[in-house]
Amino acid sequence: MSMHKPLSALILAVLFGVVSALVQSPKLGKLISESDIKQWDIAILPDGTNLPPGSGTSAQGAQIYAEKCVACHADGGKGGASPGAGPLVGGAPLTNGIDTLKTIGNYYAYATTVFDYIRRAMPFNTPRSLTDNEVYALTAYILSLNKLINDNDVMDAKTLPQVKMPNRDNYIIAYPDRI
Amino acid sequence: MTNSKRVGRTPSQEPVAGNGLINRRVLLGHGIAIAGAMSTAGNITGAAAEPLKDPEWSLQFGSTLPPVQIASPYEKHVVRSLSNPNGEFRNSHARTPHHLLGGTITPNGLHFSIDHSGVPNIDPAKHKLVIHGMVRQPLEFTLETLSRYPLVTRINFLECAGNSAPMFSKEPLQVTAQAIHGLVSNAEWSGVPLSVLLDEAGIDPSAKWLIAEGADAHFLDRSVPVKKAYDDALVAIYQNGEHLMPGNGYPMRLLLPGYQGNMNVKFLRRIKVVDQPAMSMFETKTYSQILPGGKTWRFHFLMEVKSFITYPSFGHSLKEPGFYAISGVAYSGTGRIAKVMVSADGGKSWGEAALQGPVHEKAFTRFVMPWRWDGQPAILQSRAWDEAGNVQPLRAEFVAARGEASNPVTTPLVFPNQHYNSLTSWGVDSKGEIKHVYA
Repeated sequence: MSMHKPLSALILAVLFGVVSALVQSPKLGKLISESDIKQWDIAILPDGTNLPPGSGTSAQGAQIYAEKCVACHADGGKGGASPGAGPLVGGAPLTNGIDTLKTIGNYYAYATTVFDYIRRAMPFNTPRSLTDNEVYALTAYILSLNKLINDNDVMDAKTLPQVKMPNRDNYIIAYPDRI
Repeated sequence: MTNSKRVGRTPSQEPVAGNGLINRRVLLGHGIAIAGAMSTAGNITGAAAEPLKDPEWSLQFGSTLPPVQIASPYEKHVVRSLSNPNGEFRNSHARTPHHLLGGTITPNGLHFSIDHSGVPNIDPAKHKLVIHGMVRQPLEFTLETLSRYPLVTRINFLECAGNSAPMFSKEPLQVTAQAIHGLVSNAEWSGVPLSVLLDEAGIDPSAKWLIAEGADAHFLDRSVPVKKAYDDALVAIYQNGEHLMPGNGYPMRLLLPGYQGNMNVKFLRRIKVVDQPAMSMFETKTYSQILPGGKTWRFHFLMEVKSFITYPSFGHSLKEPGFYAISGVAYSGTGRIAKVMVSADGGKSWGEAALQGPVHEKAFTRFVMPWRWDGQPAILQSRAWDEAGNVQPLRAEFVAARGEASNPVTTPLVFPNQHYNSLTSWGVDSKGEIKHVYA
């Protein structure tokens, strides 16, 4: 990886047909600080990196769900109350076939993905409107519906990455040489 | 199927494989050779042309020019097919009508598009792209600043991982090439090499991944290996010479030639340099695949070598026996197309098709195969090889490795699985009607 700079110059020259590798980048990027990027910096990594402060429980999540989620995802996360809203619970074993419906219960590898996706994309018509505590609570509710945590477990930056998802280790990296 | 007894015969008369396939060299020949190929079948209708008269459109002043021209009203049927025509509150797909197009460049209005949370209405003067994380100095770019860089232009296909998914069905669906293969298109893209921007920010040598994120209402994000950024990734701002279409990522998108469409993040607003993949919903769930036996594939970036015949195909009919130029597109995420073979007898015998150059890497290449249809049933197939030696798998091989849908597939709009790259077969009956078949 220490070869990035010479490598990129070489690629510029060879692949992109730039006349001379000496062509300088105009360097027009404007300096910005990480603190000014903070509101956008929402990606959560599977080891829990970037999880925000806050916490929530399944019971708290159930109340928020009834208010903001049930219209599309239906009672108990069964899904189907709106055309695009799939189930949040259940899921057949993946040995049932290559077209088995993928769910949080049978397919997700990391619980952090649930938090990340709710926080960035839900509710569908008002994304980014939930507080971090609400996102923790909804994540706890959905994980407990799937019996992946106990009803009273508190989800926060420390506990969420420790939730073991059933499909975590059941994978093959398709192109390891491309990573 | 080379013919060693060519002496005394023109190339046009030379069969190259069963059921009427003709040596592709007829296409390179002079008028006489082509005339020979066509006339060998004879003038079937035998009807003489009628005396010519000036048509009505020539006898009046035509229309004046609009600022943006659109296709002739006679081409009204050449449109994308929609998965969500009534604007329901969910994702939507628009598929390219391959069976009605020629050449290799997909017109911008017909380029396929998928959105998961609607197409955002982005003001380009306010849109920003930031690069941060494991860099020496976070940077912010705008469309205006990116436009001042030396841009790179190249032609690349873009394909959804779920393209051709109806072919996981155990029974062939009777639908067009648009319905089956409409989630791939090919365009000329211009943009700034991502490596230039990463170098400018000063990427940490230990960084392995980028999280690319869009400005749509999902803030859709995908993890991309740094390796790809330093291979051939662009931040694209032009599509076939004009700024990107809204459904294709206006005002800027990531372009990762040969990699699954969803990774080519549209409305690109942020690239965070990190040491591990994000395991975002779209990479761990939607665009990961279940294999027979229940294991799952993760990080299947590559769109593998593939081809399909666009003419003749389902939706067309052959009016009479005689000469036809079979034609279609071939492409590979690995590099250039090296060879396309065509069969008219369901794979019993094959002839090499002519490739219409120039052949670009990770781009559509159109192939053409001259064919004299004798009016009997035929099964047309194409099979592509790329320059790395990868070959499009036969259906039996593909299904053995990747499986078939266990549930009946009743609509081409569903995705039983992804990364289908086996052969497509069009069955021609004695009336010239065309069905989708497995062979």
